[in-house]
Amino acid sequence: MTLIAVALIVAALVVYLVAVILQLWKITNGLDEVIEYVGEIVEKSEPVEAIVTSINGQLDAGVDLLEGLLVKKAGLIDAVGLVEGLYPGSAAAGFRNFPESTTIKAPRIGEIYTKGTLTLARLGREAPIAVGNPAGPALRDIERGSLSARLLYPEGRQSRPERMPRSPIIGTDAPVLYPPSEQRGGTTPDAAEIQEKGPWAETAAEGIVPAELGGSDAPRELLADDPQLGSEALGETTGSPVSDVDPAGGDRADATTDGAPDVPPRVEPDLKDAPGEADRP
Amino acid sequence: MTLWWIGNVALFAVFLVVVYLLHGVLTAARSIVPSVEQIAKTAEAGSKDLDAAALLVTTEDQVQQTIAVAANYGGSLDVIIDDAL
Repeated sequence: MTLIAVALIVAALVVYLVAVILQLWKITNGLDEVIEYVGEIVEKSEPVEAIVTSINGQLDAGVDLLEGLLVKKAGLIDAVGLVEGLYPGSAAAGFRNFPESTTIKAPRIGEIYTKGTLTLARLGREAPIAVGNPAGPALRDIERGSLSARLLYPEGRQSRPERMPRSPIIGTDAPVLYPPSEQRGGTTPDAAEIQEKGPWAETAAEGIVPAELGGSDAPRELLADDPQLGSEALGETTGSPVSDVDPAGGDRADATTDGAPDVPPRVEPDLKDAPGEADRP
Repeated sequence: MTLWWIGNVALFAVFLVVVYLLHGVLTAARSIVPSVEQIAKTAEAGSKDLDAAALLVTTEDQVQQTIAVAANYGGSLDVIIDDAL
């Protein structure tokens, strides 16, 4: 009886102790895994301090540079006012390298900074006339600032530019080409021509003399005695027959004999148009 | 004979106490295991997050270049704009 009781006690102790050992074994394995990852963390974070310190040093140098330049060019008082205008409340903190800036009462430079405007104007730049709120619209944005430029034009080109007549495209690359007989210039376009050429042709109808009143396309008897492009002085050929021209004369030309006009003896030749020695190839 | 029974009763009482204590140790050990596993997962995640720390080298280079550009720009402004005084 006693032996059985002792055996049961020992068995119960063994069961519990083995269970505890198993749990401790799991804990040990888990901690080994933790130690491995912690080692990686330590290894990866080791250079972070040096890099961040270097970045902070660079940024400090940048702040020193910008603060110094602003104070040097605008003066300490105006510099405080400019910063206060851009970031209200920041004047109380002052500049890091200028401790006296915290005692300066910031001037109101919230709208126009005349000195900066004049400086930019002197440099030939388009001067921004105001220091805007960072949250407000861009004042000098070359992409979004076109409305300010468009406001300089009449209303028709501000809000309804898509309905405005387009300028004609001329030249050999024009989408619509006309035969020379129709390109007399200055003719009054009729309705069909306007329909064909587009709305811009209507503008040509204004200020053009109609044919019945002696316009450029009027009959010959309605034109004046000396109409343009029809007189003896304008638009006429020389009347010389083509056979009088030697087409091969240029091939036989000699610069020493044919290259200059006949100059009378003892007359200084006119060399003002002759190229200089340095200009000759 | 009486002492023998008293000894048996005392032994049984000690057995109960030891079993109770061992049960407490086992319960505590079982509660530690999930915590250790969670710590291991967290450490693994933290280690993976620190993989991005290598990008700080690129950031450092970018900051250096940006400050260099700002310095050049400031130098040009220093030349073309008059001083306040």
